[in-house]
Amino acid sequence: MSDLRDLYQEVIFDHNRNPRNFGKLEGANHKAEGFNPLCGDRLTLYLKVDEEGVIQDVAFDGKGCAISVASASLMTEALRGKPVAEAEALFRGFHDLLTDGHGAPVELGKLKVLEGVKAYPSRIKCATLAWHTLESALHDEDEPASTE
Amino acid sequence: MSTATDKMAPAGAPALDVERLRADFPALHQEVHGKPLVYLDNGATAQKPQTVLDTIAQYYGRDYSNVHRGAHTLSERITAAYEEAREKVRAFINAPESREVVFVRGTTEAINLVAQSYGRVHLRKGDEVLITELEHHANIVPWQMLSDQTGATLKVAPINDAGEVVLEEFERRLGPRTKLVAIAHVSNALGTILPVAKMTEMAHAHGAKVLVDGAQAAPHQAIDVQALGCDFYAFSGHKLFGPTGIGVLYGRAELLAGMPPYQGGGEMIREVTFERTTFADIPQKFEAGTPHIVGAIGLGAAIDYVGAVGLTAIAAYEHELLQYATARLSEVPGLRIIGTAADKAAILSFVLEDVHAHDVGTIVDHEGVAVRTGHHCAMPVMQRYDVAATARASFAMYNTHAEVDTLVHALHKVREMFGR
Repeated sequence: MSDLRDLYQEVIFDHNRNPRNFGKLEGANHKAEGFNPLCGDRLTLYLKVDEEGVIQDVAFDGKGCAISVASASLMTEALRGKPVAEAEALFRGFHDLLTDGHGAPVELGKLKVLEGVKAYPSRIKCATLAWHTLESALHDEDEPASTE
Repeated sequence: MSTATDKMAPAGAPALDVERLRADFPALHQEVHGKPLVYLDNGATAQKPQTVLDTIAQYYGRDYSNVHRGAHTLSERITAAYEEAREKVRAFINAPESREVVFVRGTTEAINLVAQSYGRVHLRKGDEVLITELEHHANIVPWQMLSDQTGATLKVAPINDAGEVVLEEFERRLGPRTKLVAIAHVSNALGTILPVAKMTEMAHAHGAKVLVDGAQAAPHQAIDVQALGCDFYAFSGHKLFGPTGIGVLYGRAELLAGMPPYQGGGEMIREVTFERTTFADIPQKFEAGTPHIVGAIGLGAAIDYVGAVGLTAIAAYEHELLQYATARLSEVPGLRIIGTAADKAAILSFVLEDVHAHDVGTIVDHEGVAVRTGHHCAMPVMQRYDVAATARASFAMYNTHAEVDTLVHALHKVREMFGR
């Protein structure tokens, strides 16, 4: 089972059981929905971005598997206080981490616990759903973000 | 892997020697993540017996040519085999005539063929198509497309909490405007066996034609289209231990004869000039282009195989296996079975408290167990039960009681990992 633990690390179980920043966000000025049609996971992301383009607050709610909930929870922790440009760079870095991309290296910190997902192609979309939803929220897209 | 019970059969039913059956399926004998494969995703597609693989190799490797064309020996040889496969299908579903058997790509294409050929000619604005709440997307979307094209309305008969069609509600939705009723024989997401003969009788009383989606039924029970009384019956080869890309549409000869072609091309014509074309008789009228020749012959081999095992024995064995699996899975704390119809095929959909189906799928895979997770192309069913997804174990004649035990063991591992 050791390799399965590479995917399901304790940090992931922790964030799945007790997702951080879970719930609606009062006063959010950006909001988007994400949907993974393959597994039915849905989440809504709320952002409060100030005039300087800094993410002051962030929250999410919805339903999903352990990987998608943990990824969303970890993402919200990583985003708070970050300028939008840095958030976009994190997304690129995170995407590269899971797809063996060759972009400029980005300091991912705690997000690296999701690296194990790489070995499970059918689960990569679970981990990236929250990030696709972030993209949608930042660009104020009306259509729900979809992993398909 | 087998336990003594696998050799036993209920009184009156011929015994099924599962270990002997398993030896015929090479794909079953492999390891996944270092564990023996336990293949419980037969509802998605079934593994192939050696005889089907050998038949495919023989017809591509030696007796290969095109059908219904040249006067040469190979063409005559393969045409005979192709038409013999059609006759095997006819006998398999007890259709009156082999020309009522149309080879298509699969159940999905069969339903689309009826929607676009029969439906577009016979349905007008205000007419109705009636389906049920448990249908697979393949028996929903073609009717929505047809409704958009013709102005017809799609009606849905509800199911109860057990996953059974509420017959009074079904009957209430039938009326003079109902032109077509399209129902599953067996629900892929819930396992429910629908009372198709009775529903067909109800529909016919209102003058509606009936199409049965038999994708999940054909591998598990004897099919008799005359006893069912339906007008169209569709099923896929790959779920019946045959090749992918081949399936069957059965239609009553008088209906098929009155329907326009679904696609135009070679094979389906009698005479072509630039001014006009006359079409071939059924079934060739619906088989434009070079068909999946070897697929059809492979399906014939699969039907021979299933016939030799005996569908009565298969149905009896699977029924007993389902009862065993239902009892064992019910022992797992926090597990809820979705679909508890009184009359069920060997399909077990379930959710595990606080664990998403996707996580269940990944973790049991590490124990060698292949189950399907997701919405099973039946999103309305998921909405009905207010779940995003389920895990589904779907059994075939070659599954054993020991494999059920492995699944249960794997589910305990899932709970362990999630600290439940």
